[in-house]
Amino acid sequence: MNWLLDVFSAIAVAGGAFFYLAGTVGLLRFPDAYTRLHALAKADNLGLALIVLGLLPQVGSVLAGLKLVLIWLLVLLSGAAVSQLIARAARRREHQP
Amino acid sequence: MTAVVSVGIVLLLVVLGLWTVVARAAFLAIAGFVAYGLLLALVWVRLAGVDVALTEAAIGGGLTGALLIGAASRLRGTEARCEAERCAPATRGLALLLSALVSIGLMVCVLLLPDPPPTLAPEVAQAMPATAVGNPITSVLLAFRALDTLLEAIVLVIALIGVWSMSPDKAWGGRPGSPQAVDPNGTLAYFARLLPPIGLVIGVYVFWAGADHPGGKFQGATMLAAMWMLMQMAGLADAPPVGHRGWRAAIAAGPLAFIAVGLLGVFTAGGFLAYPEGWAKPLIVVVEVALMPTLVLVLGLLLAGPAAREANR
Repeated sequence: MNWLLDVFSAIAVAGGAFFYLAGTVGLLRFPDAYTRLHALAKADNLGLALIVLGLLPQVGSVLAGLKLVLIWLLVLLSGAAVSQLIARAARRREHQP
Repeated sequence: MTAVVSVGIVLLLVVLGLWTVVARAAFLAIAGFVAYGLLLALVWVRLAGVDVALTEAAIGGGLTGALLIGAASRLRGTEARCEAERCAPATRGLALLLSALVSIGLMVCVLLLPDPPPTLAPEVAQAMPATAVGNPITSVLLAFRALDTLLEAIVLVIALIGVWSMSPDKAWGGRPGSPQAVDPNGTLAYFARLLPPIGLVIGVYVFWAGADHPGGKFQGATMLAAMWMLMQMAGLADAPPVGHRGWRAAIAAGPLAFIAVGLLGVFTAGGFLAYPEGWAKPLIVVVEVALMPTLVLVLGLLLAGPAAREANR
């Protein structure tokens, strides 16, 4: 049973790392601010979600697990808000001559 | 395997440090500096210095980054002229030589350190039970080297006075920064309503956990100041006028309480900042609780900058 959890952790964390890699490639390769933000937000949300999911079976206590989930939720919140703000600033700059 | 990670982090640090120095545009350099601070926090975690890591992430990366961004946006008007300007080759060569000499000197010093390095850690561990505080960093900061912490708090207040003294004459005593015109139903206002309650809890938790775990008033105060800053940016709160007596008294209260506790030690324990036996923990809590609001106010007002709007009394 324990090795099953370890395998699950390994797969989930590797999946998270893959999303970060994909997000970084997107950040470097995509043509404009909006698509780059899109790539970055995906990496942050899904990549971190998978890493937190993978770490959950490895933590000793429920409290530590809840803290991990809280960190993910906070990153989700700030990522969403900051992406919106940057996208709006970029659009405003486009409309100004 | 862990060595590979360490070497990777160090290489990234060196590259980011170079980037910060070489980047000509101020905002690029600041972006590099903030990333450098966060990476440095990771280095401290790997060195098991979690207290330092928290401080570096909160103050080195976050607060200093915000201060620098404020400075850069103030300097934006002069940037084009600065970029066009080039020093004479002799000056540049001299600067290069000087920084190379300093770097080599530092490297030699680090390599010449005795092994094992001299340390006071065993003495601290031995004397710790007297303070009844579980986190050795906190007992060093507030019992064994309390004078350093007191002077640190006073330096911060003096720094704030220095920032305030940059106010133009007609704004003296007024509020810092320009009034924010933000859409009250926009993303920023929503974010600034949602995050502060959570940030408040986490900041106070980090402050309170500092007695027995990594954390403490500086890290907690930085988080609270950041929440205050966010509310100011979203137009939900306004910075207080620089000339307001009550706010000034609140800023002075922390260091004054610290000095009062120190003077109490002169009469009860035979020395400035000495704690009478059995009273160390409660007095440390008093000092921490008294310093916390001062730190939040000073850090927040440092970010807000000098007075810029006319006082309307």
